[in-house]
Amino acid sequence: MDAINELYQEVILDHNKNPRNYGKPEAYTNFAEGFNPLCGDRVEIYLNLDNDIIKDIKFEGKGCAISKSSASIMTTLLKGKTIQDAKEIYSEFLEIVMHGCDGLEVKDEDLEVFCGVKDFPTRVKCATLGWHTFEEALKDQKV
Amino acid sequence: MSFPVDLIRKDFPILTRKMSGKPLIYLDNAATTQKPQIMIDTIVDFYSNYYANIHRSVYEFSQIATEQYETARTIIKEFINAETTEEIVFTRGATEGINLIANTYGKKFLKKGDEVLVTEMEHHSNIVPWQELAKEIGIILRYIPMNDNGELVLDNIDDLINEKTKIVSIVHVSNSLGTVLPIKMLFDKAKKVGAICVLDASQSIQHLNIDVQEIGCDFLVFSGHKIYGPTGIGVLYGKSNLLENIPPYQTGGDMIRSVSFERTIYADVPQKFEAGTQHIEGAIALGASIRYIHNIGLEKIFAYEHELLNYATNKMKEIPEVTIIGTAKNKASVISFMLEDIHPHDVGTILDKFGIAVRTGQHCTEPVMKHFNIPATTRASFAFYNTIDEINVFINGIKEVIETFK
Ligand SMILES: Cc1ncc(COP(=O)(O)O)c(C=O)c1O
Repeated sequence: MDAINELYQEVILDHNKNPRNYGKPEAYTNFAEGFNPLCGDRVEIYLNLDNDIIKDIKFEGKGCAISKSSASIMTTLLKGKTIQDAKEIYSEFLEIVMHGCDGLEVKDEDLEVFCGVKDFPTRVKCATLGWHTFEEALKDQKV
Repeated sequence: MSFPVDLIRKDFPILTRKMSGKPLIYLDNAATTQKPQIMIDTIVDFYSNYYANIHRSVYEFSQIATEQYETARTIIKEFINAETTEEIVFTRGATEGINLIANTYGKKFLKKGDEVLVTEMEHHSNIVPWQELAKEIGIILRYIPMNDNGELVLDNIDDLINEKTKIVSIVHVSNSLGTVLPIKMLFDKAKKVGAICVLDASQSIQHLNIDVQEIGCDFLVFSGHKIYGPTGIGVLYGKSNLLENIPPYQTGGDMIRSVSFERTIYADVPQKFEAGTQHIEGAIALGASIRYIHNIGLEKIFAYEHELLNYATNKMKEIPEVTIIGTAKNKASVISFMLEDIHPHDVGTILDKFGIAVRTGQHCTEPVMKHFNIPATTRASFAFYNTIDEINVFINGIKEVIETFK
C-alpha cells in the first residue's frame, strides 16, 4: 500500500478537508472554469491581478481529493507571486506530476506531496485541473 | 445444488490474472463482461480455419462462414424467442440500435408534436438520439420520473402515455441503479394508445430471461460485450412488419438486391440493415457466448447473482459511512454507492491497488446523478463468476478507503 499512502498523504488529505483560499471573492479581475469530463471534476479560479502581481487567488469546485488539494496548494503557492514566477512554479509542478521527483531538485517543498502522482496515470489530469484552469484565467480579458 | 462457481471460473482465463499485483477481482460487469474461453476459441477458429467473407462467394470457406454467421442469428432468435430469424439484425451495439430506430422509424413515422417517452434513469444512448429527433422534426421528449429509491413514479402515467405518444423507449435494468423496471405494464399501456415499444436490454439480457413475444416489445437492443461476447457487435430485434416498412439506416454493398444508376432495390430484411462487410467473427462469437450462458441457464445465473447482491448489500449496510444509491425492491446485481464525502475517484484508485475493478463516475446517466444531487458514484456490479470471497475482499477494501481518509 506504499504507493497509496504516498498519494494520499496527510497534506493532501488536510487540503482536501480544509481547502485554503476557497470561495468566490467579491471582486476579481480574471476568471476561468475548468472541467474534467472523464470524472466530472469542476473548478473555478478567481484572480486579482495588479499589473503582473497575483494579489489574490481563490478557487471553488467539486472534485476528488487530488484535484481539490492540488488547487488548494496551488493558491497558497501563487498568492503574491509575479505571473512570471507563477509560470515557473507551474512548470515545476507539471514536471513533478508527469515524471516524479527522482533526480529532480524540487525548489518548492510544498510540491513534494505530488511526487507520487506519476504512479497513477489516470489521476494526473485530476492534479493538473486547477493549474490548467489558472493558466486559462490568466488569458481572461475581463477587465 | 449450489451454483458451480469454481468450475465456471475456469472457463474465464482472465480470472487467473493479477491486477496491480493482486488477484483480479472484477466488479465492473455492468460496463463490460469478461470472456469465456469458448468465445475466444470461436474467434481463433474462424481466423485459423475457415476465414472468408460472407454472403458473397461460392467456395467452401465462404459458405461455412456464412452458415456460422446465420447460425449465430438463429441462436439469438431462439434466445429471445423472436418469431423469425429475419427479425434479428446485427449492429455495432445498443447505441447503434437506438440510433437506427430513431433515424429510420422515427424519421419516417413521427411528426412535429408527437411524443417519445423515456424514463429518468435512461443511459445517455436512449436520450440523445431522441433529442436529435426533437431538434430535427420537433417531436417532444418526455420522461417518467423516479423516486429516491430509484423506482419509477407512476402517478401521472396516464398523462405521460397519451394519444400523442408514438414511442415508449425504456431501459429494462438501470445500469447505474440496478432497478428492474415494470416494462410489461408500461408496454401494455403504450399499446393501448398505439405507441411502439422499444426495450433497451443492455443490462437485462445477461441476467433475465427475455421473451420478446411475451413482453410485447416492437424493438429491442443490446450489446454483445455485456453478455460475455465481443465488442463491436450488438443486436437489434424488430418485428418483421416494422423492419420491412422502415428505410435502411446505411446503404451500400450487401444490403441491395439490384443496383443500376437509375434505381436500386433493397435486399429483404435483415440484410437491408447490414450494409457493408459485417463484424463476422463478432456475430459468430456472440452466438458462442449466448449458447454458453444458455447452457448454464439464466434462472440459475440470476439466482446466484442475487445471492451475491444480497450478501454484498447486507455487508455494506453494516458500514455506517456507506450510502447505497438505488434501493429499489426489484434489482439486478448492481450496487452504486457513496462513502460520505470521499470522491468516487479516490475510492476507485484505492480499490485498484487491491486488484478490485469498479466503475467510478456518472455511468452515462447524468440525469440520475442530478436527481440524487451527487457528482458521481462508485459502482460494483456482479456477474455469475464472482464469489462471496471476492465480495469479502471488496468490503475490506471499502473499509481501507475509509481508514485512509480518516
Ligand atoms: C442501459 C444501457 N444502455 C445502453 C448502453 C450502451 O451500450 P454500448 O455502449 O455498448 O452501445 C449501455 C452501456 O453502458 C447501458 O448500460
